[in-house]
Amino acid sequence: MTAARFGFPQPWLSVALFIVWQFLADGVTGASVVMGLILGIVIPQITRQFWPDSPRMQKPWVLVRYLVVVLYDIVVASVTVTILILSPRQPRSAFVSYPLKLEHPLGITILASTISLTPGTVSADVSDDGTLLLIHALDVDDDAELIRSIHQRYEKPLLEMFR
Amino acid sequence: MESLPFVAELIISALLVSGGFFSLVGALGLSRLPDFYARLHGPTKATTLGVGSVVIASMMYFTLKTGEVAIAEVLVTLFLFLTAPVSANILAKAAMHQQVKCMKDTRGQPWSQ
Repeated sequence: MTAARFGFPQPWLSVALFIVWQFLADGVTGASVVMGLILGIVIPQITRQFWPDSPRMQKPWVLVRYLVVVLYDIVVASVTVTILILSPRQPRSAFVSYPLKLEHPLGITILASTISLTPGTVSADVSDDGTLLLIHALDVDDDAELIRSIHQRYEKPLLEMFR
Repeated sequence: MESLPFVAELIISALLVSGGFFSLVGALGLSRLPDFYARLHGPTKATTLGVGSVVIASMMYFTLKTGEVAIAEVLVTLFLFLTAPVSANILAKAAMHQQVKCMKDTRGQPWSQ
């Protein structure tokens, strides 16, 4: 790391912190802009040791499409899980090992969080070498089909963003 | 007190009811599902759709009532989406470490920790 001691080691983090602070301050005012700028500069500096390699996100517009897909899936799958909980039959649970193609730690984190947020699947663990993701599926018939759909819907767009 | 247009009230009420419904189902799942790993799905799910509906209802209500766009609710959603998967993940890891039994027809194995 030869980056300057000052400046923005994590430009996206700085932008995110600035925007979140404007939300928290409930309206954009002079004071909130100044405070947001201070936080956006100071917090990435303090936490830079926790980010071993800066995440390079490419094609940020893919993220918008990704979020839309995830929100849609949350709604659809919530209804599915609701029906399952209210129906008397036993769910067919399974532990599924998902082979990761993503290598970027932040990409894997986002994928694991997405899997946990969409109903019916919880990501339980990542193998030490970062090649397998253990998923607990609440009710699934075909493990291969689950892996295929996760790859198609979530991992592909993430692969575009994190190379 | 100025009242909201009827259609807005209708939508807000519908969102609140569905939010309550999904939260209730999440709680039901927590008590009804057969093993620890299955019960883990309840809280992470109820939060997503149940709280999502309530948050949208709240945003609509305060935006229409005060005339300013209510954005603080976006943060509620953001923080929830950041924390729920992490807690679910930690709970699952703890369960695997304790070798919690899963129901007998579960396919696949949890990893040893």
